[in-house]
Amino acid sequence: MDIVIIGLLLGGTYALMAMGLQLQYGVARIMNLANGEMLIAGAFGAFWFYAGTKVSPLVALLFVVPLAFGLNWAIYRVLIMPLVRRAKSQGKLDVDAILATFGLSFIFIGIMVAVFGAQYTDYAYLSEPIFIFGERYGLNRVVAFLGSAALCAALYLWLHKTRTGLALRAVSVNPSAAGLVSINVTRASALAFALGGAVTAAGGVLLSMYLTFDASYGVVFTLKALIIVILGGVGDIRGTIVAAFILGLAETAVASLIDPGLTLAAAYVLFMVVLLVRPEGLFGRRTA
Amino acid sequence: MSSIEKAPAVSAFGLRITTTEWRALLASVVIFVAAAFVPLVFGGYVLQVTISIVMYTAFATSWLLFSGPTNYIALSTAAFFGIGMYVTAAGIDLVPYPVLIIASGVAGAALAVVVGLATLRVSGVYFVIFSLGLAELVRQLMTWAQHVFGTMSGLYVTIDRSEPMYYWQLLLLTAVVYLVGWRIGRSRLGFALRIIGNDELVAVHCGINTARAKVVLFVISSTFASIIGALVAPRWGYVEPVVAFNPFLSFQVVIMALLGGTHRLWGPVLGVIPFTLLWELISIEFPDQTTLLLGVCFLLIVYVIPNGITGLIEDALQRRAKIGGSPRGALQHTFDVSTASVRSLLQRRKSNDA
Repeated sequence: MDIVIIGLLLGGTYALMAMGLQLQYGVARIMNLANGEMLIAGAFGAFWFYAGTKVSPLVALLFVVPLAFGLNWAIYRVLIMPLVRRAKSQGKLDVDAILATFGLSFIFIGIMVAVFGAQYTDYAYLSEPIFIFGERYGLNRVVAFLGSAALCAALYLWLHKTRTGLALRAVSVNPSAAGLVSINVTRASALAFALGGAVTAAGGVLLSMYLTFDASYGVVFTLKALIIVILGGVGDIRGTIVAAFILGLAETAVASLIDPGLTLAAAYVLFMVVLLVRPEGLFGRRTA
Repeated sequence: MSSIEKAPAVSAFGLRITTTEWRALLASVVIFVAAAFVPLVFGGYVLQVTISIVMYTAFATSWLLFSGPTNYIALSTAAFFGIGMYVTAAGIDLVPYPVLIIASGVAGAALAVVVGLATLRVSGVYFVIFSLGLAELVRQLMTWAQHVFGTMSGLYVTIDRSEPMYYWQLLLLTAVVYLVGWRIGRSRLGFALRIIGNDELVAVHCGINTARAKVVLFVISSTFASIIGALVAPRWGYVEPVVAFNPFLSFQVVIMALLGGTHRLWGPVLGVIPFTLLWELISIEFPDQTTLLLGVCFLLIVYVIPNGITGLIEDALQRRAKIGGSPRGALQHTFDVSTASVRSLLQRRKSNDA
């Protein structure tokens, strides 16, 4: 029971960060390996804000999210667009994007180390217990879960109820066909990329409430987000949410039953199984 | 195309080898023999840097064997290197060292088969992601295994080897990597890989077993990384998970190969030499900003020299060739011009004397 609840709480926050990557890879088709660094940047933003003002990190979302949105928009416009124009095929674009965002992730790490230092960082916010079914849990985990759930729901509704959301989903299905029905694909991709970065940073703010992190920890989150996206199926929001919970549960189970040092191994086992059994993901469409 | 038929081919090892290839082979032999004399001339710091250069050349060239033609960026070098180190460290008191070198290669190959079979059958992106976390995964498993079996986290590797000995071992391995790469390049397998790199769908329609070709090459490439681990382990003396599976190694290898250019077998070495020297400088001058600068290097290469140094050289040669007007190109042109001017100079002097 313990494992299930902690796993679900963790999965909820994972869902948010994976949703960010889903927007970037599923819609904008950019494999962004600097995604985890954006998350850590969000976490540092929250830390800096909380340490300075002692106001709830949830308020930090108000400035972290717009900042991350702007930054990712700029990254897409300045760094990614030339690669998209230069690329002859999706495969070539993937290679270029992977290398470029990889370089970008190092630059982010370098800057964060220079600003915040390389030590482990955490802060105590709402670290009081809350009782669910008679067991103790950290209140901060529950708050992070609720915040993440609210953002996920808002994002889901936005994608499914608004015209812009519809345009984004159309680009995700087929960019060239979306262009034919007069959707500005470049704009939609830039929007998806920027939004994805903002969502990921929001995930970082929420995670930072109960997680210890350091500047070079981002790559682990990049991997987890990627595994969730692949597990759930590229371009499928429902799948991402389900997969995030699966990963959260699997990690918590492995950490408490076998060894806390094996969380990445748990994620990798899931990854392996998906690749061997159902490479298109749980909800993905099988392509020819 | 026709140059292959025109050039007189001499057969050796059951292969038809053209004159150009003989020349290249001869040049390589000369370079390797010359390189072998380095430890006799230099010692100390220079030798240390040269050992790094040879080691990274072996790394980057073996990385290129798989990732060059296929465009699948493998970020797993550190995982295989660490495995080689660990096999060596674990068995050093039990079996002779040469056996361990082979065992390291076998262990690396085994892991590569598993990883390759799981990830190389689907799209390339998944492979990149998987390889990115592989070193961390193996490190976690290794730490956990040591925890469960109650051994110490670090292992000592003590055998007596001098610095020049390491150098020669690595140089020999590099030569083997080059030979294997050259042999693959002109085999059916190498041809298949180039087709895969150009267009995987076309390759499938040509009847190429793409998964098999990719797995075979990935295994060869990874085996070399493991063997390097076995060769270097005694030089480090002490092996522990955090050091052996440092993912930074994988990134450095990729960036060196990209800097040199991934379209030619001799590309990586052209990237390794400047990058190793630059990196020495950076780690001395800016020890705290290495990550940042590595990132900057990555971006510069992707945006400014996407085809690497070999790409630059070949572009320059081609442009010169166009100016010179003949396919033989620039060198011939300069040669012709200079001989003409020398001849006219001599004639003028002769007429003056008369």
